[in-house]
Amino acid sequence: MTTKLSNAQIAWRAAQDIADGAYVNLGIGFPEMVAKFQPPGRQAVFHTENGVLGFGEAPPAGEEDWDLINAGKKAITLKPGAAFFHHADSFAMVRGGHLDVAILGAYQVAQNGDLANWSTGPKGVPAVGGAMDLVHGAKRVAVITDHVTKDGKPKLVKACTLPLTGVGCVTRVYTSLAVVDIQDGRFVLREKLPSLSLDELQALTGAELVLPDHIADLIAPEL
Amino acid sequence: MDKRIPNLAEAVAGIPDDATVMIGGFGGSGAPIELIHALIDRYLATGSPGNLTVINNNAGNGHVGIAAMIEQGMVRKMVCSFPRSADPRVFTDKYLAGEIELELVPQGTLAERIRAGGAGIPAFYTPTSYGTDLAKGKPVAEFDGRPYVQERWLKADFALIKAELGDHYGNLTYRMAARNFSPLMAMAAARTIAQVTQAVAPGGIDPETVVTPGIFVSGIVEVANPAQEEALNRADAAYPPTRPQKVQA
Repeated sequence: MTTKLSNAQIAWRAAQDIADGAYVNLGIGFPEMVAKFQPPGRQAVFHTENGVLGFGEAPPAGEEDWDLINAGKKAITLKPGAAFFHHADSFAMVRGGHLDVAILGAYQVAQNGDLANWSTGPKGVPAVGGAMDLVHGAKRVAVITDHVTKDGKPKLVKACTLPLTGVGCVTRVYTSLAVVDIQDGRFVLREKLPSLSLDELQALTGAELVLPDHIADLIAPEL
Repeated sequence: MDKRIPNLAEAVAGIPDDATVMIGGFGGSGAPIELIHALIDRYLATGSPGNLTVINNNAGNGHVGIAAMIEQGMVRKMVCSFPRSADPRVFTDKYLAGEIELELVPQGTLAERIRAGGAGIPAFYTPTSYGTDLAKGKPVAEFDGRPYVQERWLKADFALIKAELGDHYGNLTYRMAARNFSPLMAMAAARTIAQVTQAVAPGGIDPETVVTPGIFVSGIVEVANPAQEEALNRADAAYPPTRPQKVQA
């Protein structure tokens, strides 16, 4: 019995909701994995903040061109029809509402859609990158994340306690246990692992889950 | 009109102490390594320019480029969005020791502040950072029912950038994702110096492909085989080369 989805399975689930022809920005790290799981017959165009639209997977080791990287500073390749542009144009695409989807990681998501994903507090060196721009730009801002922190605390919460990335910006969360929409300041449960009871899921969630009539089973292939 | 500068030392000769310097590049992509290292050479020889404010997306990686400037103690303040990298120790140590100031700016706001500086727009409103710690103390206004944060333009005394082709008038093209902030910085600095991989005569760049028109550029200096910051770091390089280096990738 599956006790929770792997990161690859969470990424796979998020990829199923990306429409053919969508312009998509994937956050650095775990969200980059979503690109691997585009359903057959659908083609998304991936945007990276540093000025490329239409990039593909990493080149083989030794064939990197370090003028061709993504926002995570990793080497990428180009797909036919790719485009280069400067940073102001890149963020015009973001803030101007031209991106269809941004998928980001999270430390915490609140039931009103607030996101905290850039700072764990005052220690160390703060770094924000493009996250604060992305959350107020894309038509749809989704989060992929483990349902709880490494020490078992809920990441879906009533109100974020960590520094915010954006206010009321997230509309869907794909977790290791469930798919949850954010509507009217509430978490609405859309899918959950069939092995998990509603009570068990609620106990791992930091705010009340609204239960609509139909809650689908969250089933991902072995990856 | 001929904006060619004969060598790197002359290209960076006019940058004074206390200057604000925009430096192109996103990570190593587009980083004008030779111009930066020429500035370090000048600093090591003369003690100037110091006390600089540097504007870049990052805050250096390893011990070359901007990290080497910081390591030598030339930089008073960094304005950037992401002061982390594969090896950010030079900046991190100085920051935690209170020896360097940091102004953290969201990446799109950084780009737009620079663009605004170059376009003569003193302030603008953006949804970015609304309701976050980075909006503290900034004016907020509502437009069509949504809150926006006021941000100011960002200008500089100098911009140091890397381009691919440059003609005698300063028209520039870039290579792939290496353009990133450079066209914006060229607009926003009082003087922009571009190192170009190939200098060509006027007419050598198709006007349809010019990315930065020469009006934004003060001087070009040819660096035929520019170093890549990423390749230098993978070869464990340092500047100045104080320890034996591996063969460069």
